[in-house]
Order: sequence, then C-alpha cells, then structure tokens
Amino acid sequence: MALSDAEWTAIRLSLRVAAVAMFFSLPLALAVAMALARGRFWGKSLLNGLVHMPLILPPVVTGFLLLLLFGRRGPIGAFLAEYLGLVFSFRWTGAALAAAVMGFPLMVRSIRLSIEAVDRKLESAAATLGAGPAWIFLTVTLPLILPGILAGMVLSFAKSMGEFGATITFVSNIPGETQTLSLAIYSLTQVPGGDAGAMRLTVISITVSMAALMFSEFLAAAATKRMVAA
Amino acid sequence: MSLEVEARHRIGSFTIDAAFQSGGGVTALFGRSGSGKTSLVNIIAGLLRPDRGRIVLGGELIADSERKVFTPVHRRRFGYVFQESRLFPHLSVRKNLAYGRWFAGVGRSSAEFARVVEMLGIGHLLDRRPSTLSGGERQRVALGRALLAAPRLLLMDEPLAALDEARKAEILPYLERLRDEAGIPIVYVSHNLAEVTRLAQHVIMVENGRVKASGATAAILSQSTASLPRREAGALIEGLVELHDDAHHLTLVRAGECLFHIPHVFAPTGHALRLYIAARDVMLATTRPQEISALNVLSGTIIDLSPAHEGSVDVRVACGGNIILARITTLSREALRLEPGRPVHAIVKTVALGY
Repeated sequence: MALSDAEWTAIRLSLRVAAVAMFFSLPLALAVAMALARGRFWGKSLLNGLVHMPLILPPVVTGFLLLLLFGRRGPIGAFLAEYLGLVFSFRWTGAALAAAVMGFPLMVRSIRLSIEAVDRKLESAAATLGAGPAWIFLTVTLPLILPGILAGMVLSFAKSMGEFGATITFVSNIPGETQTLSLAIYSLTQVPGGDAGAMRLTVISITVSMAALMFSEFLAAAATKRMVAA
Repeated sequence: MSLEVEARHRIGSFTIDAAFQSGGGVTALFGRSGSGKTSLVNIIAGLLRPDRGRIVLGGELIADSERKVFTPVHRRRFGYVFQESRLFPHLSVRKNLAYGRWFAGVGRSSAEFARVVEMLGIGHLLDRRPSTLSGGERQRVALGRALLAAPRLLLMDEPLAALDEARKAEILPYLERLRDEAGIPIVYVSHNLAEVTRLAQHVIMVENGRVKASGATAAILSQSTASLPRREAGALIEGLVELHDDAHHLTLVRAGECLFHIPHVFAPTGHALRLYIAARDVMLATTRPQEISALNVLSGTIIDLSPAHEGSVDVRVACGGNIILARITTLSREALRLEPGRPVHAIVKTVALGY
C-alpha cells in the first residue's frame, strides 16, 4: 500500500492541523470547562449553548460563520491580519481554526465531566493543610482531572482529523495548504480512477480514528479508577 | 492557648447560634447527629463563613464579622481531621503526610516526620496508595497529615465514627497520646459518650445549633440532668490504671476503694483514665450475687432515687468513694424495697465498659 506524495502531504497536513487545533484550544477549553462546572454567573446557560453550537449546527453553517468573522474582510480576521499578521482564510491555520472550533465542545465536555467528578471535599482538605486556591488547583484538582483532559484532547484530535464541512466552507480545498485527509478523500472520489487512493486514505483514517477512540476509552477508565475517593 | 468562638448562621430553616470558650486541652462538642456540631467546626476552620461570628485563638483575631476580618482557611493553620479521611487518592501515603509541611514552611524536618509516623504506627504504609488502606489506617494517616502541617489548633469531626469497635479501640490510644504529648488545643466532635469521657477535659453540649451546657467533663457528665439525653445518663468514674491482665485481655482500674475490670486499654500502669458507666448498664442486688459472670460487683449504699419517669428510676449509689448511677424499673424498686440508706450491690458487666 504505497502512498503517493500528494497523499502523504494530506496526511502530514491533517496531523499538523489536528495537533495545532488540539493544543491551542486546550487552555481555553480548560477555562470554559472550569467556568461551566464551578462558576455561578449570569449567562452561564448562554455560554453553554454557545460552546455546544458547533455540535448541533450543520458544519457548513459553522464554516460560513467562520468565513464571515475570520475572513480577510471579517471583523476579527481583518483585525488579526492587521495587528498580528495572523491570516486564516485559505491557509492551513484556517483549517486548524475550523478544526479547533468543531472539536471544542467535545473537549470542554470531557474536561467538564471530570471536574464535576472531583470530590470537592478533597479540595477543602487541601485548604486546611495550608494550600491556597492556585496550589489546590495545581496539586489536587489538576492531577485528578488529568485523565479527563487527556481524553478531551484525544477526542478533539480525532474530530479534527475527520473535520470536513466547516473546513471546506471556510478555507476551501487547496492541495498542500488546506486539503486535509477528509478533503483529499473527497477530491479523489470526484476524479475517475481515484478510488484506490481514496481507499488507502480511508484505511488510514479508520486506523487513526479507532486508535484515538480506544486511547480515549482507556483514559476514561483510568479516570474513573482514580476518582474512587479514598 | 484559649479559643473563643461565637457564631450565628442560618442554613435553610436551621439556625446555629452558639458561643463557647475553651482553655486548651481537648474540648468535646457533644450532641446528637444533626445538632450543628459539624457546621460549628466548619465555621471554626473557615470552610463555612457564618452570617455573623467571631473567632479568637490565643488572643489572635482569626475572624470577626463586625470588623470585617476573615482569615482564609489556608492561612489559619488549623488542622482538620474529617470523618471520612479525605486522603488524596493520587498521592502515596508518604506524599499525603508531607502535603501540609511545605505550606506550613516547616520544611522537611525528618525528625518530626519520623516522630509522628512512629507515634501513629504507620511506618509500614508509607509507600502505599490510600485506596489500599483499611479504615483505621486511613484515619491514622489523616491524623498524621493534619499533625505534620504544624497546626495551631486541631479540629476533629467524629474521626472514629466511620470505624467499627475494633478499629476505634486501635485509634483511641493514639488520640490519648496526642492529647498528652502534642500540646495543641483540640476541638473534638462526637456523639459518643465513651469517647468524650475518655478524651475530653471540657464538654460543650450542642443541641439544635445552640450550646445547652458547657463545663468540665466530670461536672457535665455526672449531673444526671436534662442536659444529657435521658438514654445517655450515667456516672463518670476517674481512676488510675492498676494493672493489666494480659491473659484475659483485661485492664484493672482503681477508683477510690473500687477496682473496675474493663476491656484491655493501651495505657501504662498509673495512667489516669476516665470511665463512663451508663445507668442502663448497671444492675442492683440487695444480697451479694454468687456465681455471676459480671466482674464488677461493688458494695455501696443508696444515696437517693429520682422520681419515676416512664416506668424507670435512676438510683444513685455511693460505692467506695464513687457515685454510680443505676437505672432500674419501678417494679424492681418496689420488689427490692429500695430506699435511701439501704446497702446494695451494683453490678456492671465488663463488656459494657468497652469503647
């Protein structure tokens, strides 16, 4: 099963897009998960709805909204391009942004559930032992939710690997720049004689997704084991 | 070091309105479950912020709602031993024990660490995970963890409640050593009279969020007054450990002219010990019983009898310098013609004196 250069390019690009999407959305996802699990503030259900939006909306709609907001003439896109030199439209960074947005609800959900499972009595025990809020988070909360964070990262990664609709709408299908694994498979199915290539990439896609899912399950099991309070 | 607590707090329809002082040593907060003892301890610890309140420890103002002073939990340095040990499941026993040391700024003084580990007998557990420990072991580790954080005050919320009798008997001696050696004031929450009797110098009776009575343990427990739940009425005996009968797993305690046989306790000979003998565990006989399994048969004289209440009366008996309370039915009182001045024998089973 020899892969052509174009196919390798698509695979490498997909891995890069997924990794970047996963790592950059992590801090924000952790903060949002913490706010949703612990915070009491006005507009909490609004924030919850907003976070879950990409899960419910047709991906094309999400992609189109991203294009409107982060495109070259979009309010946010124009600002970022002007002041930070960060361009999303028709670049691999845009593909990563689309992937991050689509994977965000999954990551937040996974982290949020693990935060809610933490026995807060352990945190108050840490406080009586002299740990301030920041130290409690670092030495008690974070170690206990780590499996949940890792599981969320895996889910986000897997989602990014398979992202199609939002990506093609937002950054189009440019080989070597925005043509990820899914887009490459789609392209191959559109040309005569592309079936063999599509098949090869499909096998790779299945392998990566399956591995990610099993790894995530493994981490979830580890999390439950760890949460059994002593 | 003295502790002053004043707190007023509403939780739904339940109101806590309590004030008490303690002059050091072990102060027991005694009351049935749901009486607000735990909330009161959480207020002292700073885990619960009362609507109004004031806490002063050794002259230092810890919290005062009037003056808007509130020291956060982690700066109070009050050790807290919870009912469920609350050990960190992701850390080994050793790391659990060391957790508070660093924040207390006492560093890694290995001598202190070794002393506490030795005192609690947990040296062989150091590399284990909390989930692999038994309930008694967990509580001992939790106690060590609180002690090693160099607390100024130790709060204990029913640390033995989740344990069976055997595990309780295993931990009580450590608590006694702690009381006698550590020199830290301790607030001890309990609904168990035997525990309170054995450990506390002062008792604060809590009922419905209010302080109903407070004072020295002996004074509070020997008044057969309304301050104690009727079921719990009894007599406090203060004695010294005379000898241990290892073959029969017994300890003999001398109090006045009486010698009490009690289940074995870990205490050196000559060690002062308080016993609580519940009135419902005491029988009376007008002639000395023969061939009886009960080991404590004490001759004495009836001092007085309480008025009948639901068919039973409390009889106070003077026995060799001690006062013992016996709860008997009015039927027995009439059958035996019990009246003040009459010589009787008070009978107490040894197993009723276990902890």
